[in-house]
Amino acid sequence: MVDMHPKKRVEIVMEAPALHRLTDALDKAGVTGYTIVSALAGRGLSGAWSREGLAGDAGRMVIVICIVDAARADAVIAGVHKLLARQIGVVTMSDVQVIRADHF
Amino acid sequence: MTSGFFDLAMQNILSPVVLFFVLGVGAALARSDLSIPEAIAKTLALYLMMSIGFKGGVEVAKTGLTAQMVRTAAAGIALSFAIPVVGFYLLRAISRLPAVDAAAVAAHYGSISIVTFVAATEALRGQGLPFEGHLVAVAAVMETPAILSALVLARRHAPSAADTREPIGPLLREIGLNGSVVMLLGSFAIGWITGPKGLEPVAPFLVDLFRGVLCLFLLDMGLVAGRGMRAGWKDLSAATLGFGIAMPILGALLAAALVPLTGLSAGGAAIFVTLAASASYIAVPAAMRIALPEARPSIYLTLSLGITFPFNLAIGIPLYQALAGFAVR
Repeated sequence: MVDMHPKKRVEIVMEAPALHRLTDALDKAGVTGYTIVSALAGRGLSGAWSREGLAGDAGRMVIVICIVDAARADAVIAGVHKLLARQIGVVTMSDVQVIRADHF
Repeated sequence: MTSGFFDLAMQNILSPVVLFFVLGVGAALARSDLSIPEAIAKTLALYLMMSIGFKGGVEVAKTGLTAQMVRTAAAGIALSFAIPVVGFYLLRAISRLPAVDAAAVAAHYGSISIVTFVAATEALRGQGLPFEGHLVAVAAVMETPAILSALVLARRHAPSAADTREPIGPLLREIGLNGSVVMLLGSFAIGWITGPKGLEPVAPFLVDLFRGVLCLFLLDMGLVAGRGMRAGWKDLSAATLGFGIAMPILGALLAAALVPLTGLSAGGAAIFVTLAASASYIAVPAAMRIALPEARPSIYLTLSLGITFPFNLAIGIPLYQALAGFAVR
């Protein structure tokens, strides 16, 4: 049986134009890594959206996923909130288990 | 004069470019599953920037840097600063839109739509009417000043919404280095450096394919505009919709007043007036999501892409050509 270690998974669904600002903030907060996924389509309080056919970034949504240590999670969430409070998007945090604790 | 304008308008409306746009709008409104993948749409946009930039640069290589080019660029920058101010106060006077939404909309109308520019150049080519190649560079310098004007308006009239703690410097750098602007100006420089000899070997790609690619891109714009109309229609009042038609005409009139100062030809003046009448659809919406995140995209994108762009494409371009004809007399 492999030992598993508890960590926090932060998932941010956000507008593509603000992406670089977020990744800069994550870098500054000492987050060791993240994964960015392009979202296909969806619907929220601001209405429906789809990436199909868009030549520019406005209207395009991306998902940023990062795993952080619980001790650092609140500071990361506070930084994300400061940056994205007025943008369209959803920020969630959940408990996960990882194999390599020293990576996060 | 009236029949001349009517002929031009009919010729324009029945061109493949406009009809493909109409096809896209119709398909989206009818909820067809017709769509262009995002990566293809971006590639098509880059191709168009590359082609028109390169061809514009080649034209400038033939004439060299002229005082007319500098005068036209200065007039374009002045318009890009001024049009958002006119648009903002007009919109606030006729509608109940909050100041932050009005400022974001105003930024779109002060900036330019490169696709409208391309459609206007195609209309002129169809009539065999020449125009100055340096207008591509003028289009590029008209992208950004409008955003500055709009931010000043927002900070004055909606200070809480405009307080994003977002420094203007990096934002302007991002807009200036927006991929489409870099491609346009970079291709313009390459066309200028290499001249007609440089164009010759790449003409099968940059010239011969141009109209077909433009049709495909306009189909995509029609699809995106149709989807925007379907989703954003409910957020627009009659006054706001009216603004989407009145503002480009107002912008065109302001540009026509400056045409005599530029010394442009009839064809060049038609393009210049069309630039002032067009509303941004790629660079400014992305900038507004950063600078004024509380402004609603359903309003500014629906107005720019769903109302003004189709109006300009079908009726505006021949109208601005007629207006420019008066201005150069």
